[in-house]
Amino acid sequence: MSTQQRRPRASLALGVGIAAVALTLAGCSGSAPETETPDEPVDLRMTVWTADESQLAMFQEIADAYVEDNPDTVASVTFEAIPFADYTTTLTTQLAGGNAPDLGWILESYAPEFVSSGALADIRPELQGTEGYEYDDLLSSSLALWEKDDGLFAYPFSNSPFAVFVNTDQLAAAGQASPADLLADGDWTFDAARDLSAAAAATSGKQGLVVRDFDFKVWENLATIWNGWDAAPWSADGTSCTFTDPEMVDAFTWIHDAIFVDGAMPGPGTTADFFAGDAAMTITQISRASALDGSFGWDVLPLPAGPEGQQNVIGQAGIGVFANAKHPAVAADFLAYFTNPQNAEKLATYFPPPRESLLNAETLGAANAKLSAEQLQAVVVDGIQGAVTKPTHVNFAKLQDTVRAQLDALWAPDADIEAVLEQTCSTIAPLLEG
Amino acid sequence: MTTSAVLAAAETAERRGPRPRRSAATRADWIVGYTMAAPAVLGSLAFVIAPLVAVFWFSLHDWNVLANTFVFSGGDNYERMLTDQGLHDSLLASLWFSIGLVVLNITLALFLAVLLNQKLPGTTTFRTFFFSPVVVSLVAWTIVWSFLLQADGGINGFLSLLGIQGPNWLRGDFTAMLSVIVVQVFKNVGMNMILFLAALQGVPEEIMEAARIDGAGAWRRFRSITLPMISPTVLLVSILTVVGSLEVFAQIAVLTGGGPGNSTTVLVYYLYQQAFRFNDFGYASAISVLLFVIVLILTLIQWQTRKRWVFNET
Repeated sequence: MSTQQRRPRASLALGVGIAAVALTLAGCSGSAPETETPDEPVDLRMTVWTADESQLAMFQEIADAYVEDNPDTVASVTFEAIPFADYTTTLTTQLAGGNAPDLGWILESYAPEFVSSGALADIRPELQGTEGYEYDDLLSSSLALWEKDDGLFAYPFSNSPFAVFVNTDQLAAAGQASPADLLADGDWTFDAARDLSAAAAATSGKQGLVVRDFDFKVWENLATIWNGWDAAPWSADGTSCTFTDPEMVDAFTWIHDAIFVDGAMPGPGTTADFFAGDAAMTITQISRASALDGSFGWDVLPLPAGPEGQQNVIGQAGIGVFANAKHPAVAADFLAYFTNPQNAEKLATYFPPPRESLLNAETLGAANAKLSAEQLQAVVVDGIQGAVTKPTHVNFAKLQDTVRAQLDALWAPDADIEAVLEQTCSTIAPLLEG
Repeated sequence: MTTSAVLAAAETAERRGPRPRRSAATRADWIVGYTMAAPAVLGSLAFVIAPLVAVFWFSLHDWNVLANTFVFSGGDNYERMLTDQGLHDSLLASLWFSIGLVVLNITLALFLAVLLNQKLPGTTTFRTFFFSPVVVSLVAWTIVWSFLLQADGGINGFLSLLGIQGPNWLRGDFTAMLSVIVVQVFKNVGMNMILFLAALQGVPEEIMEAARIDGAGAWRRFRSITLPMISPTVLLVSILTVVGSLEVFAQIAVLTGGGPGNSTTVLVYYLYQQAFRFNDFGYASAISVLLFVIVLILTLIQWQTRKRWVFNET
């Protein structure tokens, strides 16, 4: 009897409990950030995608010096390493959970999305206003991607050029010319690279030219090739599709034939790691040089020239301050310290900086023992000047996935390239307009 | 006056009388009972019920994580589902995956269970062999299969020994879906096999013997005695497999990434893309609600129809 009477009250209590917990969860997403200057020293947190202990140790050393200089405002700085594959997903999940880090690395492809969303704070006033920062030393071409209106929303701490690593042992075994000689003679072209790769692959039974991390999914990495054709996936303002332009069709035809006709590039479903000796050449960022273990002879060269000439491509990464973080003002101050001329020179050990004064073979050479002064000059110093970045767009995440799904039809021997690219354009048109 | 009428009268009289005071002993029992149940109740409230309610609440909002906007949008997300071709494709992919998985898994599990129910030497070894994938880490299992299924992987290497040119398994629409289904079947068939095996061992030997004396053949005995006797387990396995098939994610993420094209983008993977790649948490929440409703309806249908085909159910 009494049980029957209690039931409505129990249900009511349960309902109220559920509503309270649900509203608490919902409230997490909409809470206003605390922006006022803290009364006591704060703990800062920066998300990064490197797990390299020497890099993290260097960051910590710089941060510890900052904490020592500013004991009244900062108690500690923590670097939270998140695996690269899940980095942006994890970061946005933290933002969704109301647990934004104070600072974070941001991948270039997602730069427009982050910059335009309002997730990042404008750091230009802080950087310009910091004594001794030498803001004018920053290359404006490096900053472009991270600017909106008059604001700068991240500092491009890493500007790593794409280059071609070649396995000279495999090329010599196949009786092929040295790419360095071809470069010196002005004959270092994509066609030459394709022919050398195909010959080396035929001799070694391994693979030829590998665009690293492409794997028939990360199609934007093919920008390292199609820029030689002066091609692009969409217009500069990002509103119209250019996959069907003749330059893009020619570039994709070249890539398709290199895979399915010449055997110069591995086909879908084949994995080959250049640094394990599985391939004759690879297009990747210069920072991968650390993976060379001396088990084979190698050289590194700038990207080859296409029909429209040679175009350098860089991969960028920025550090932003999150507008919804607990302490954006303190975080911006720390960023100004972390990237000042002295610390930028330290960071140059691993990350080519956006500072003109530091972009020389001597500074970079001190940190990159594996590369000669000539290689550094040709690939890194010259590679950053006038370079373009991989494709970016304010709607990049959706575009990346949609284009990937469309291009899947291209990676078959009998694919109709023009039809696939036309279909790609008609599918992504709403995303570009939106 | 019948017994029930007497009881009803007594109950009415009790209801009219003063409410009895709860004794100290009863109150103590009450406190102990609720205290002991509290961890489980609070746990499910915080981690099951509250997220369910929260997801429904989120699904009524336009929530952009990057822009930090959380705006009430009513049924907009549900309306969007009606015209979202990507969602329709993913529902179709889920349907194919579920049909393939349920049919293959249950058939194979039952076949293996019947085989391994024989009193023959070595059956324990085979039972262990078929069950072992169940305890292997799902992602590790899938990664190993991703190597086997490559164009130049182990499976095609084996086929080439037989003079067969194998397809590029994960690059064709049909073969990719088939691969994902088979990888999932081999992963979990052991669990269903054990459930069937337990049920088979509960089939009374005397009934089988009587059927044998009556001249029933092996197939007739299986169809008319074994299958009806184990039908409660068939129901349980069916529900578990159907619900499990709708929740597949890791295999898709590791093996195909939803491709080629969108051929293996099943509902949960599509949901993941919307939430964690496109940062559209409101729409993703609406898809979660859709998934919840689909699972609920399928389970209810199976539960309601059990009376027609499950032995012992009336």
